[in-house]
Amino acid sequence: MKKWPETWKEYNTGGIVFEPGNARSFKTGPWRSLRPVWDNSKCIKCGVCYIFCPEGCVQEGPDGFFAADLDYCKGCGICAHECWPSAISMIEEGQES
Amino acid sequence: MTKPVGMEVAVAAAEAVALCNIDVAACYPITPNTHIAEHLADIIADGRIDAEYITVESEHSALSAVMGASGTGARTFTATSSQGLMYMHEILPITPAMRLPVVMGLGNRAVSGPINIWNDHSDIIMQRDSGWLSIFADNGQEAVDMFIQAFKIAEHPDVLLPINVNMDGFQLTHVVEPIVFPTQAQVNKFLPPYKPFASLHPDHPLSMGTLGLPEIYTEAVKARDVATVNAKKVIVQIWQEWEKQFGRKYEPVMTYKTAGAEILILTMGSMGETAEVAVDALRKKGVKVGLLKLKLWRPFPFDEIRKAVRGAKTLVVTDRALSYGGPGGPVCSEIRAALYDQPNRPEIVNYIIGLGGRDVRVEDFMKMIEGAPKAKKSGDAYQIYGVRE
Repeated sequence: MKKWPETWKEYNTGGIVFEPGNARSFKTGPWRSLRPVWDNSKCIKCGVCYIFCPEGCVQEGPDGFFAADLDYCKGCGICAHECWPSAISMIEEGQES
Repeated sequence: MTKPVGMEVAVAAAEAVALCNIDVAACYPITPNTHIAEHLADIIADGRIDAEYITVESEHSALSAVMGASGTGARTFTATSSQGLMYMHEILPITPAMRLPVVMGLGNRAVSGPINIWNDHSDIIMQRDSGWLSIFADNGQEAVDMFIQAFKIAEHPDVLLPINVNMDGFQLTHVVEPIVFPTQAQVNKFLPPYKPFASLHPDHPLSMGTLGLPEIYTEAVKARDVATVNAKKVIVQIWQEWEKQFGRKYEPVMTYKTAGAEILILTMGSMGETAEVAVDALRKKGVKVGLLKLKLWRPFPFDEIRKAVRGAKTLVVTDRALSYGGPGGPVCSEIRAALYDQPNRPEIVNYIIGLGGRDVRVEDFMKMIEGAPKAKKSGDAYQIYGVRE
């Protein structure tokens, strides 16, 4: 799938998007400069990070702990801000956790 | 063809909209469009047509509501004036961007301030660049005809753009005129059911009104501009179809006694009829004068204007609004732009007339035409006619 129409002639009338759920193909991860990192020793599995993530990219794993899908996480830091046991820290992209 | 009936033009406009079998209307009443909103509400409440009338708390909501309905494939209508149109401003450019063929009735009224409920064109002129198609009626019959034409124009698959039909407030909306209504069968023959390009339905999910990042916004603007410019061809074609079926002629620039005219005067809206009487009187006196009536405001008929002024020495352009600190009246600035590259063009005189309901009589048009050489000599780009010095 092309990311953008090549010319104005390929622009759908009214900009209508006919493919449901196509936001999935628009990966917003590269916008990120900070990355959330979970310290599971502090995590109480409350799910506040999952609830507050505006991108809906925080998911619960099979072990009950949470992680962000880095294809979509914009690094906004809301999860870290809301996490009351302070289990999430935002670290600079490119740095080791 | 049925016999003419005497009817207030705003009421007749609502009757014309009802003949078009609309599905959804949302209007917030404001002088002088109120009787359109009221009478259409009556028609729907009385069950004369199968439609929904959404009562809203503002014009911003009125246009938003009809756009939502239009997105589901409904035929929609709204009406407003002046401050109400201003209140719609935020939504106005989104309707053509989403290519929703909403039809709007405008009872043109001056924009505040000072607060004024009477007629001029400052309301629609301020929304000029919103991207709506825009046509002007001279009289009640034209208003009725244009509402029926408007749905066909807006919904045409090569157009799919919203359109406003402009009627001068009070001077048209509140006067009783003889009007010939087409029958329902005639309207049904002229106006096919609306077939949307796409519509919102749970079985076929799609998104309308989406985000346009810098990578796509320019292409979106170009696509919309091409559609708007191309709409003129469809408008002319639909007006020809109308003439064929109903016998009444509509053109982007209508001419009146222009044969051999050395001086032309141009009007937009109901004052064209007053100007006709002035042209008749001056022709009797031997003045070679003719009248041009602009019916299509957007897309602007550049070629038709160039053709219509050919051979004239002087062109008097009247405007019912003023662009403060600008090049003159908004109609005149389009005309100057249309003629700039022409090797032989008339001298142009621009009068700003009839502001905020100021009466413009036959004698005034005669004075404007006869005073054109003097006005030209003054070197002013425009003159506010009749202002007390």
